[in-house]
Amino acid sequence: MTVYTLYIFDRNGTCLYYTEWNRKKQPGMSKDEEFKLMYGMIHSIKSFVHRIAPTDLRDGFSNFRTSRYKLNFYETPSGMKFIMTTDLTVGNIRDILHQIYSNIFVEYVVRNPQCELGQPITSELFQTKLDEFIRGLSIFPTRIS
Amino acid sequence: MGIFSVFIINKAGGLIFQYDHYSQRPEVEKTFSFPIELVLKQQDEKLVVAFGERDGIKVGYTLMGVNGIPVEGRFLQNDGTDAMEIINSPHNYPINLKFGRTKLTTNEKIMLASMFHSLFAIGSQLSPEPHSSGIEVLETDGFKLHCYQTMTGIKFIALTDPRQGGVDALLRKMYEVFSDFALKNPFYSVDMPVR
Repeated sequence: MTVYTLYIFDRNGTCLYYTEWNRKKQPGMSKDEEFKLMYGMIHSIKSFVHRIAPTDLRDGFSNFRTSRYKLNFYETPSGMKFIMTTDLTVGNIRDILHQIYSNIFVEYVVRNPQCELGQPITSELFQTKLDEFIRGLSIFPTRIS
Repeated sequence: MGIFSVFIINKAGGLIFQYDHYSQRPEVEKTFSFPIELVLKQQDEKLVVAFGERDGIKVGYTLMGVNGIPVEGRFLQNDGTDAMEIINSPHNYPINLKFGRTKLTTNEKIMLASMFHSLFAIGSQLSPEPHSSGIEVLETDGFKLHCYQTMTGIKFIALTDPRQGGVDALLRKMYEVFSDFALKNPFYSVDMPVR
Protein backbone atom coordinates (compact mmCIF):
# COMPACT_ATOMS: atom_id res chain seq x y z
CA MET A 1 0.00 0.00 0.00
CA THR A 2 1.69 3.20 -1.12
CA VAL A 3 0.88 6.86 -1.48
CA TYR A 4 2.65 8.45 -4.45
CA THR A 5 1.68 12.12 -4.67
CA LEU A 6 -0.80 14.70 -3.42
CA TYR A 7 -2.03 17.79 -5.27
CA ILE A 8 -4.25 20.54 -3.88
CA PHE A 9 -5.95 22.91 -6.32
CA ASP A 10 -8.24 25.83 -5.63
CA ARG A 11 -11.33 26.68 -7.63
CA ASN A 12 -9.41 28.77 -10.16
CA GLY A 13 -6.98 26.00 -11.06
CA THR A 14 -4.00 27.33 -9.11
CA CYS A 15 -1.97 24.51 -7.64
CA LEU A 16 -1.74 25.41 -3.96
CA TYR A 17 0.32 22.45 -2.89
CA TYR A 18 2.14 19.49 -4.35
CA THR A 19 4.16 16.83 -2.63
CA GLU A 20 5.47 13.40 -3.53
CA TRP A 21 6.55 10.53 -1.41
CA ASN A 22 7.37 7.58 -3.61
CA ARG A 23 7.11 8.81 -7.16
CA LYS A 24 9.16 6.76 -9.61
CA LYS A 25 8.44 8.47 -12.91
CA GLN A 26 8.50 12.16 -13.73
CA PRO A 27 6.09 13.14 -16.51
CA GLY A 28 8.77 14.66 -18.74
CA MET A 29 7.37 18.19 -18.56
CA SER A 30 7.88 21.10 -16.16
CA LYS A 31 5.98 21.19 -12.87
CA ASP A 32 3.78 24.07 -14.04
CA GLU A 33 2.76 22.18 -17.15
CA GLU A 34 2.08 19.08 -15.13
CA PHE A 35 -0.20 20.99 -12.74
CA LYS A 36 -2.10 22.55 -15.60
CA LEU A 37 -2.49 19.18 -17.31
CA MET A 38 -3.65 17.54 -14.09
CA TYR A 39 -6.18 20.27 -13.37
CA GLY A 40 -7.39 20.21 -16.97
CA MET A 41 -7.79 16.45 -16.90
CA ILE A 42 -9.76 16.54 -13.66
CA HIS A 43 -11.98 19.33 -14.92
CA SER A 44 -12.68 17.42 -18.14
CA ILE A 45 -13.37 14.19 -16.27
CA LYS A 46 -15.88 15.96 -14.03
CA SER A 47 -17.69 17.44 -17.00
CA PHE A 48 -17.57 14.13 -18.91
CA VAL A 49 -18.99 12.19 -15.97
CA HIS A 50 -21.77 14.69 -15.48
CA ARG A 51 -22.88 14.45 -19.09
CA ILE A 52 -22.60 10.72 -19.63
CA ALA A 53 -24.19 9.71 -16.32
CA PRO A 54 -27.26 7.53 -16.85
CA THR A 55 -28.67 8.41 -13.40
CA ASP A 56 -28.39 11.42 -11.10
CA LEU A 57 -25.09 11.61 -9.26
CA ARG A 58 -24.79 12.73 -5.65
CA ASP A 59 -21.06 13.29 -5.40
CA GLY A 60 -19.79 12.90 -8.94
CA PHE A 61 -16.46 11.45 -9.97
CA SER A 62 -14.53 9.90 -7.10
CA ASN A 63 -11.56 7.93 -8.46
CA PHE A 64 -10.06 6.18 -11.46
CA ARG A 65 -7.66 3.31 -11.82
CA THR A 66 -5.10 2.33 -14.43
CA SER A 67 -2.91 -0.76 -14.52
CA ARG A 68 -0.34 0.87 -12.23
CA TYR A 69 -1.91 3.53 -10.03
CA LYS A 70 -5.16 4.85 -8.67
CA LEU A 71 -6.07 8.50 -8.65
CA ASN A 72 -8.42 9.53 -5.83
CA PHE A 73 -10.30 12.79 -6.00
CA TYR A 74 -12.24 14.80 -3.45
CA GLU A 75 -13.78 18.21 -3.99
CA THR A 76 -15.11 20.41 -1.23
CA PRO A 77 -18.24 22.53 -1.74
CA SER A 78 -15.94 25.60 -1.90
CA GLY A 79 -14.16 24.17 -4.94
CA MET A 80 -10.92 22.99 -3.30
CA LYS A 81 -9.74 19.85 -5.06
CA PHE A 82 -7.67 17.21 -3.32
CA ILE A 83 -6.03 14.68 -5.64
CA MET A 84 -4.04 11.78 -4.26
CA THR A 85 -2.34 9.14 -6.42
CA THR A 86 -1.79 5.81 -4.69
CA ASP A 87 -1.12 2.26 -5.69
CA LEU A 88 -3.90 -0.14 -6.59
CA THR A 89 -4.36 -1.83 -3.22
CA VAL A 90 -6.00 1.10 -1.41
CA GLY A 91 -9.78 1.17 -1.05
CA ASN A 92 -12.00 4.19 -0.72
CA ILE A 93 -10.01 7.02 0.79
CA ARG A 94 -12.60 9.76 0.44
CA ASP A 95 -12.72 9.99 4.23
CA ILE A 96 -8.97 10.42 4.44
CA LEU A 97 -9.05 13.22 1.88
CA HIS A 98 -11.91 14.84 3.79
CA GLN A 99 -9.84 14.65 6.97
CA ILE A 100 -6.88 16.25 5.22
CA TYR A 101 -9.20 19.06 4.27
CA SER A 102 -10.95 19.60 7.57
CA ASN A 103 -8.21 18.77 10.09
CA ILE A 104 -5.11 20.01 8.31
CA PHE A 105 -5.97 22.37 5.47
CA VAL A 106 -8.66 24.34 7.29
CA GLU A 107 -6.76 24.40 10.58
CA TYR A 108 -3.34 25.36 9.33
CA VAL A 109 -4.00 27.28 6.12
CA VAL A 110 -7.46 28.80 6.13
CA ARG A 111 -7.24 29.85 9.75
CA ASN A 112 -3.72 31.21 9.35
CA PRO A 113 -3.92 34.98 8.85
CA GLN A 114 -0.57 34.96 7.06
CA CYS A 115 -1.62 32.43 4.42
CA GLU A 116 -3.25 34.13 1.48
CA LEU A 117 -5.97 32.11 -0.19
CA GLY A 118 -5.28 31.61 -3.87
CA GLN A 119 -1.53 31.58 -3.37
CA PRO A 120 0.62 28.45 -3.11
CA ILE A 121 0.99 27.28 0.47
CA THR A 122 4.36 28.08 2.00
CA SER A 123 3.54 27.37 5.63
CA GLU A 124 6.05 24.91 7.08
CA LEU A 125 3.66 24.01 9.87
CA PHE A 126 1.15 22.81 7.29
CA GLN A 127 3.82 20.77 5.54
CA THR A 128 4.92 19.13 8.80
CA LYS A 129 1.42 18.34 9.97
CA LEU A 130 0.44 16.95 6.58
CA ASP A 131 3.54 14.79 6.37
CA GLU A 132 2.95 13.47 9.89
CA PHE A 133 -0.66 12.65 9.07
CA ILE A 134 0.13 10.86 5.83
CA ARG A 135 2.98 8.85 7.30
CA GLY A 136 0.70 7.76 10.11
CA LEU A 137 -1.92 6.36 7.72
CA SER A 138 -2.27 2.66 7.30
CA ILE A 139 -2.02 3.02 3.54
CA PHE A 140 1.48 4.46 3.74
CA PRO A 141 4.27 1.85 3.60
CA THR A 142 6.11 1.33 6.90
CA ARG A 143 9.25 -0.12 5.37
CA ILE A 144 11.88 2.15 3.86
CA SER A 145 11.64 1.86 0.06
CA MET B 1 -29.49 -2.19 -12.96
CA GLY B 2 -26.52 -4.07 -14.42
CA ILE B 3 -25.09 -2.65 -17.57
CA PHE B 4 -26.22 0.80 -18.67
CA SER B 5 -24.48 1.15 -22.00
CA VAL B 6 -21.60 0.02 -24.17
CA PHE B 7 -19.32 2.01 -26.50
CA ILE B 8 -16.64 0.89 -28.94
CA ILE B 9 -14.03 3.48 -29.91
CA ASN B 10 -11.54 3.04 -32.74
CA LYS B 11 -7.86 3.89 -32.50
CA ALA B 12 -8.35 7.47 -33.68
CA GLY B 13 -10.94 8.20 -31.02
CA GLY B 14 -14.04 7.94 -33.20
CA LEU B 15 -17.13 6.12 -31.97
CA ILE B 16 -17.86 3.04 -34.06
CA PHE B 17 -20.57 1.34 -32.03
CA GLN B 18 -22.91 2.26 -29.22
CA TYR B 19 -25.68 0.41 -27.39
CA ASP B 20 -27.96 1.64 -24.59
CA HIS B 21 -29.63 -0.69 -22.18
CA TYR B 22 -31.44 1.53 -19.70
CA SER B 23 -34.92 2.92 -19.97
CA GLN B 24 -35.80 4.77 -16.77
CA ARG B 25 -35.43 8.45 -17.24
CA PRO B 26 -36.48 10.67 -14.36
CA GLU B 27 -38.97 13.37 -15.37
CA VAL B 28 -40.35 16.10 -13.16
CA GLU B 29 -43.26 18.34 -14.03
CA LYS B 30 -44.00 21.40 -11.91
CA THR B 31 -45.98 24.59 -11.99
CA PHE B 32 -44.01 27.77 -11.45
CA SER B 33 -44.84 31.37 -10.67
CA PHE B 34 -42.73 34.30 -11.83
CA PRO B 35 -39.80 34.57 -11.38
CA ILE B 36 -38.54 31.01 -11.51
CA GLU B 37 -35.52 30.42 -9.33
CA LEU B 38 -33.84 28.04 -11.74
CA VAL B 39 -31.11 29.37 -13.99
CA LEU B 40 -31.29 27.85 -17.45
CA LYS B 41 -28.45 27.95 -19.89
CA GLN B 42 -28.09 26.77 -23.46
CA GLN B 43 -25.89 23.73 -23.88
CA ASP B 44 -25.61 22.21 -27.37
CA GLU B 45 -29.06 23.32 -28.57
CA LYS B 46 -30.82 22.23 -25.37
CA LEU B 47 -31.87 24.34 -22.41
CA VAL B 48 -30.28 22.87 -19.31
CA VAL B 49 -30.64 23.71 -15.61
CA ALA B 50 -27.37 25.30 -14.53
CA PHE B 51 -28.19 26.50 -11.02
CA GLY B 52 -30.99 26.48 -8.51
CA GLU B 53 -31.63 22.80 -7.88
CA ARG B 54 -34.92 22.34 -6.03
CA ASP B 55 -37.94 20.06 -5.66
CA GLY B 56 -36.38 17.12 -7.46
CA ILE B 57 -35.16 19.16 -10.42
CA LYS B 58 -31.42 18.74 -10.50
CA VAL B 59 -28.58 20.48 -12.29
CA GLY B 60 -28.18 18.94 -15.71
CA TYR B 61 -31.90 18.36 -16.32
CA THR B 62 -33.15 19.48 -19.72
CA LEU B 63 -36.31 21.47 -20.39
CA MET B 64 -38.66 18.96 -22.03
CA GLY B 65 -42.06 20.64 -22.09
CA VAL B 66 -43.85 23.95 -21.53
CA ASN B 67 -47.54 23.76 -20.55
CA GLY B 68 -47.77 20.27 -21.98
CA ILE B 69 -46.23 21.16 -25.32
CA PRO B 70 -42.98 19.24 -25.96
CA VAL B 71 -39.88 21.34 -26.51
CA GLU B 72 -37.36 20.57 -29.23
CA GLY B 73 -34.01 22.06 -28.35
CA ARG B 74 -34.92 25.64 -27.53
CA PHE B 75 -38.20 25.99 -29.39
CA LEU B 76 -41.68 24.61 -28.87
CA GLN B 77 -42.62 21.80 -31.18
CA ASN B 78 -45.98 23.10 -32.40
CA ASP B 79 -45.33 26.71 -33.36
CA GLY B 80 -41.58 27.25 -32.97
CA THR B 81 -41.69 30.00 -30.33
CA ASP B 82 -38.59 30.42 -28.22
CA ALA B 83 -39.02 28.75 -24.84
CA MET B 84 -36.69 31.26 -23.13
CA GLU B 85 -38.90 34.14 -24.25
CA ILE B 86 -41.95 32.44 -22.77
CA ILE B 87 -40.15 31.83 -19.49
CA ASN B 88 -38.82 35.37 -19.25
CA SER B 89 -42.11 37.21 -19.74
CA PRO B 90 -44.25 37.45 -16.58
CA HIS B 91 -47.63 37.45 -18.31
CA ASN B 92 -47.30 33.75 -19.21
CA TYR B 93 -47.33 32.70 -15.55
CA PRO B 94 -48.33 30.44 -13.80
CA ILE B 95 -46.50 28.14 -16.19
CA ASN B 96 -46.11 24.36 -16.16
CA LEU B 97 -42.59 23.19 -17.02
CA LYS B 98 -41.34 19.66 -17.46
CA PHE B 99 -37.71 18.80 -16.82
CA GLY B 100 -35.90 15.54 -17.17
CA ARG B 101 -32.76 13.75 -18.14
CA THR B 102 -32.99 13.18 -21.89
CA LYS B 103 -31.23 10.47 -23.84
CA LEU B 104 -27.93 11.55 -25.34
CA THR B 105 -28.03 12.40 -29.03
CA THR B 106 -25.66 10.62 -31.41
CA ASN B 107 -23.53 13.74 -31.77
CA GLU B 108 -23.14 13.99 -28.02
CA LYS B 109 -22.11 10.36 -27.82
CA ILE B 110 -19.47 10.85 -30.51
CA MET B 111 -18.16 13.88 -28.65
CA LEU B 112 -18.06 12.11 -25.29
CA ALA B 113 -16.31 9.13 -26.86
CA SER B 114 -13.51 11.26 -28.26
CA MET B 115 -13.31 13.13 -24.93
CA PHE B 116 -12.75 9.85 -23.15
CA HIS B 117 -10.18 8.80 -25.74
CA SER B 118 -8.04 11.82 -24.81
CA LEU B 119 -8.59 11.44 -21.06
CA PHE B 120 -7.47 7.83 -21.33
CA ALA B 121 -4.17 8.96 -22.85
CA ILE B 122 -3.61 11.73 -20.30
CA GLY B 123 -4.22 9.23 -17.48
CA SER B 124 -1.31 7.23 -18.76
CA GLN B 125 0.89 10.29 -19.22
CA LEU B 126 0.45 11.64 -15.69
CA SER B 127 1.26 8.35 -14.03
CA PRO B 128 3.66 8.41 -11.05
CA GLU B 129 4.71 4.86 -11.98
CA PRO B 130 6.40 3.88 -15.25
CA HIS B 131 4.59 1.85 -17.94
CA SER B 132 1.07 2.63 -16.87
CA SER B 133 -1.88 1.87 -19.10
CA GLY B 134 -4.66 4.41 -19.57
CA ILE B 135 -7.79 4.65 -17.42
CA GLU B 136 -9.22 1.16 -16.90
CA VAL B 137 -11.94 1.84 -14.37
CA LEU B 138 -13.51 5.20 -13.59
CA GLU B 139 -15.70 5.22 -10.52
CA THR B 140 -18.44 7.60 -9.47
CA ASP B 141 -21.18 7.08 -6.94
CA GLY B 142 -23.83 6.46 -9.59
CA PHE B 143 -22.03 4.30 -12.14
CA LYS B 144 -18.71 2.72 -12.99
CA LEU B 145 -17.03 3.01 -16.37
CA HIS B 146 -14.83 0.09 -17.46
CA CYS B 147 -12.45 0.31 -20.41
CA TYR B 148 -10.53 -2.44 -22.14
CA GLN B 149 -7.98 -1.42 -24.73
CA THR B 150 -6.88 -4.05 -27.23
CA MET B 151 -3.44 -4.34 -28.77
CA THR B 152 -4.75 -2.67 -31.90
CA GLY B 153 -5.92 0.43 -30.04
CA ILE B 154 -9.66 -0.26 -30.00
CA LYS B 155 -11.36 0.55 -26.70
CA PHE B 156 -14.37 -1.32 -25.39
CA ILE B 157 -16.20 0.74 -22.79
CA ALA B 158 -19.02 -0.35 -20.53
CA LEU B 159 -21.03 1.84 -18.15
CA THR B 160 -22.39 -0.29 -15.34
CA ASP B 161 -23.94 -0.17 -11.91
CA PRO B 162 -21.18 0.34 -9.30
CA ARG B 163 -21.82 -3.04 -7.76
CA GLN B 164 -21.74 -4.99 -11.01
CA GLY B 165 -19.02 -7.65 -11.21
CA GLY B 166 -17.49 -9.57 -14.07
CA VAL B 167 -17.32 -6.62 -16.43
CA ASP B 168 -13.77 -7.42 -17.51
CA ALA B 169 -14.92 -10.80 -18.76
CA LEU B 170 -17.79 -9.09 -20.56
CA LEU B 171 -15.43 -6.67 -22.32
CA ARG B 172 -13.13 -9.47 -23.45
CA LYS B 173 -16.12 -11.46 -24.70
CA MET B 174 -17.30 -8.39 -26.57
CA TYR B 175 -13.88 -8.17 -28.24
CA GLU B 176 -14.19 -11.80 -29.26
CA VAL B 177 -17.64 -11.27 -30.74
CA PHE B 178 -16.49 -8.09 -32.47
CA SER B 179 -13.54 -9.81 -34.08
CA ASP B 180 -15.69 -12.77 -35.14
CA PHE B 181 -18.55 -10.86 -36.70
CA ALA B 182 -17.14 -7.50 -37.69
CA LEU B 183 -13.49 -8.05 -38.48
CA LYS B 184 -13.98 -11.32 -40.28
CA ASN B 185 -16.72 -9.80 -42.41
CA PRO B 186 -15.17 -9.00 -45.81
CA PHE B 187 -17.50 -6.04 -46.34
CA TYR B 188 -16.49 -4.30 -43.11
CA SER B 189 -13.74 -1.68 -43.34
CA VAL B 190 -11.63 -1.24 -40.22
CA ASP B 191 -12.27 1.81 -38.01
CA MET B 192 -15.63 2.47 -39.65
CA PRO B 193 -18.92 2.47 -37.71
CA VAL B 194 -20.29 -1.03 -37.21
CA ARG B 195 -23.68 -1.73 -38.75
